[in-house]
Amino acid sequence: MLRYLLKRLLATIPVMGVVALFVFSLLYLSPGDPAAVIAGDIATEADIARIRAQLGLDQPYLVRFGGWLWALAHGDLGTSIFTSLPVATLIGQRVEPTLALTLCTMIVAVALAVPLGVLAAARAGGWLDRIVMAVSVLGFSVPVFVIAYGLILLFAVHLEWLPVQGYRSWHDGFGPFISHMILPSVALGIVYMALIARITRATMLDVLAQDYVRTATAKGLAPHTMLIRHALKNAAVPIVTVIGIGVALLIGGVVVTETVFAIPGLGRLTVDAILRRDYPIIQGVTLLFSAVYVLVNLLVDLSYSLFDPRIRY
Amino acid sequence: MSPIWLRFKDALRRHPTAIAGAVVLSLMVGVALFAPWLGTTDPLALSPIRRLKPPSAEYWFGTDMIGRDVYSRVVYGTRVSLSVGVAVALLASVIGLSIGLVTGYLRWLDAVMMRVMDGLMSIPSVLLAIALISLTKASLGNVIVAIAITEVPRVVRLVRSLVLTLREQPYVEAAIASGTRLPAILLRHILPNTVAPLLVQATYICASAMITEAILSFIGAGTPPNIPSWGNIMAEARSLIQIAGTILLFPGLFLSVTVLSVNLLGDGMRDALDPRLARRM
Repeated sequence: MLRYLLKRLLATIPVMGVVALFVFSLLYLSPGDPAAVIAGDIATEADIARIRAQLGLDQPYLVRFGGWLWALAHGDLGTSIFTSLPVATLIGQRVEPTLALTLCTMIVAVALAVPLGVLAAARAGGWLDRIVMAVSVLGFSVPVFVIAYGLILLFAVHLEWLPVQGYRSWHDGFGPFISHMILPSVALGIVYMALIARITRATMLDVLAQDYVRTATAKGLAPHTMLIRHALKNAAVPIVTVIGIGVALLIGGVVVTETVFAIPGLGRLTVDAILRRDYPIIQGVTLLFSAVYVLVNLLVDLSYSLFDPRIRY
Repeated sequence: MSPIWLRFKDALRRHPTAIAGAVVLSLMVGVALFAPWLGTTDPLALSPIRRLKPPSAEYWFGTDMIGRDVYSRVVYGTRVSLSVGVAVALLASVIGLSIGLVTGYLRWLDAVMMRVMDGLMSIPSVLLAIALISLTKASLGNVIVAIAITEVPRVVRLVRSLVLTLREQPYVEAAIASGTRLPAILLRHILPNTVAPLLVQATYICASAMITEAILSFIGAGTPPNIPSWGNIMAEARSLIQIAGTILLFPGLFLSVTVLSVNLLGDGMRDALDPRLARRM
């Protein structure tokens, strides 16, 4: 197990290396002068030269990349052009709301999507199955901000049950925290739920067609025991895999959801950085999110042996 | 009843959702092509006197903050969304196909390219597009290129996996044995067999590109604000949610319906290609 863990950790290094190299090289690969683009239309020559020096574009590529990697290894993500604060500090200030939003979303989505997928497969062709499939097709087609505004118009503006936007930390009490979290989590979670419910249903249908399931049913096992203990356990690996892959959808959605609901998290930091063309921030957030994505999928890989004892490391 | 009508009825019975998708998509293409003749006015014409009017007989979807006709803007926005979807699907397919064909066939290149694609796929696509766009001047072309780059790794993976199975086929071995050169093997014997799965993939890319374009425009990293795209219309109406929510609703509805129709069409094509999958997904 320990050897496998080390091997897998080592295997993430080339992947993260490609990510770092790519995000770094964009500054050099992009057509035109990025310093001029970042400085904007009303910038003077001196402004552009200052930004060029700040981004290190006046130094040779390899020297700059080496220095940047060295700093990165020491937790230094560079300095924001607009605020002159370290990017790591800016990110640190914004982590809490994003973490809260994504965790809430994942919990709600997994807790709803897996049972729905299981029930849809158990009664394939029935009314619940049809609803689950229809919603999952819709979930892939309606963009997150359309769902978000639909929810806001209905539950916040029209019915006035929930706040329109904003964020309350859990330090201010659980009630306000949750009431501000419900709409964003649901909006963000729909596409994730669609993905998980679809895969759960498809894998369950495969498993339910197996001989041992027929044997279990024939010897008189209660349907729910059969569904959960025998079928779901054997369908777990693809489901967990897609939960990990779907995190990429969540990360993209966070940027939009935080904008719609005015949540001061990493997504909002990114959007503000776009408007000011503050590339070091975008670079830092992109690196962080990619690292999280790679790590989550590493954990997913390691979790396989929990569900399937035949998989040993 | 004419035979054509009968054939259509048969197709409709077997793939009702795919046909519905095709019909809605054709309607949207019609809207995009004939935008100037659909009762629209200049989508950019502003007149502060008539700003923030609710939907009425004169302004079907109302007017926005600076008095532009939302109906005209939404209709013209169809052009932007559909062209971005189609352009990204074409560009990503062509680039992905070329890389996939060559790397699937050349072992030494394969290992390197796959690590590069793994790395690219680990960057969430919206963030990758944001990073690409923040370094270039805002233009529709740059948006298309940025979204296409995020879609390329998936095409490469698909084409590569197809090539890996196809290259072991006896007819390919026969071609190699009779001295056919590599370019001819790739173009004549392998390429034609990748077209059908690639077409399905391209349809899904078209749908996802339309959503990504809207997301990018919505957060201010997409189509320049002077072009009326659905994402831009929604971005401008963001602050009006509590007083004029309808401005947000119409472009959102058009976007969702269009993406849905493309996805349904893709599902239908996938099922037609692989009937085994049809029952499950």
